Amino acid sequence: MSLSAGWYLGLAALLFSIGAVGLLVRRNVLIMFMCIELMLNAANLTFVTFARVLNDIGGQALVFFVLVVAAAEVVVGLGIVVTNFRRRSTTVADDLHSLKG
Amino acid sequence: MLHLSLAVASTRPTWPDVLVFAASAAVIIVGALGVVGSSNPVHAALSLVMTLFGVAVLFIEQEADFLAAVQIIVYAGAIVVLFLFVIMFLGVDRREDTNIEPLTGQRPLAFVMVAITLGGVIAMLATSHWVTGAHQVVGPIQGPITKATGAPSGEVAQLGKNLFTTYLFAFEATAALLVIAVVGAVVLARRPAISERDDAPDAAHALSSPAQSVSPAQSVSQPQSVSPAQSASESEAVAGSEAVAGSASEQGVPR
Repeated sequence: MSLSAGWYLGLAALLFSIGAVGLLVRRNVLIMFMCIELMLNAANLTFVTFARVLNDIGGQALVFFVLVVAAAEVVVGLGIVVTNFRRRSTTVADDLHSLKG
Repeated sequence: MLHLSLAVASTRPTWPDVLVFAASAAVIIVGALGVVGSSNPVHAALSLVMTLFGVAVLFIEQEADFLAAVQIIVYAGAIVVLFLFVIMFLGVDRREDTNIEPLTGQRPLAFVMVAITLGGVIAMLATSHWVTGAHQVVGPIQGPITKATGAPSGEVAQLGKNLFTTYLFAFEATAALLVIAVVGAVVLARRPAISERDDAPDAAHALSSPAQSVSPAQSVSQPQSVSPAQSASESEAVAGSEAVAGSASEQGVPR
């Protein structure tokens, strides 16, 4: 029997917080994407923990869908990054200020 | 530390469980800090792999074997490789100066806000009853006892059964989502010169173009255009199921 759910949920909360800090602090779009992946993984860990504790396979099925959506999101997001890099030669979010008034 | 009062009684964990949890928690936290802290994007991507491996170990620890395998194959094998590929492709692997703070006060504000959020979540975790509804809405992790082995069918069988019964519509929707994502990535990654030539109806242009991402679009769109006898929805379903079935192994291909 593995540890009680509180440990896993606490770890997931910590992982989510680190990802959120990175998303807010870093300015490189690629690293911001990686931080989003960290936050998604924290959510996945929470899902799997509750699936175990409640003995419900639905949590694991949701993790499967989160994985698919994360993959699609990364594909389109990196496509946008590449397209934008061709036009502006930068991946820093602060340099993208064309719409600034 | 944290008392989570869930109705399911848990026996005391053995020391290997504690050891596995402690080791993978350390790996996860160090990797996550590496992602946030490293100024080189390549190092950040490798730290991300570290975190993903730790999470996969915790999945195995919690009876989610299939998801652990998918986590390694899709995340560590495809998504991180895609990240690295884009980093190398764009040549942005030089160091970023993290000391420049363009928005004054944003950084400490971010730390404070996230600390407040984390504190709130931990406090809620420690004090409240999380589960108020029915347990086990969808189905148990361990299935019924099979005649062949005499043991209950594992979580892989249960997950597969539920994906194709309870979550069938969502599963088909992910097929459509993946196809749309592939097409979107191909459209985004095209060079402007090729998109100008796009007006020509001749498909040979697209085939002979130097863009490396054209072939997945061909493989997706070909069943619809080549076989008109097949109904459009049928060929779409075929393409979609192919995309999902191959999602574990083919994630790296379309870009």
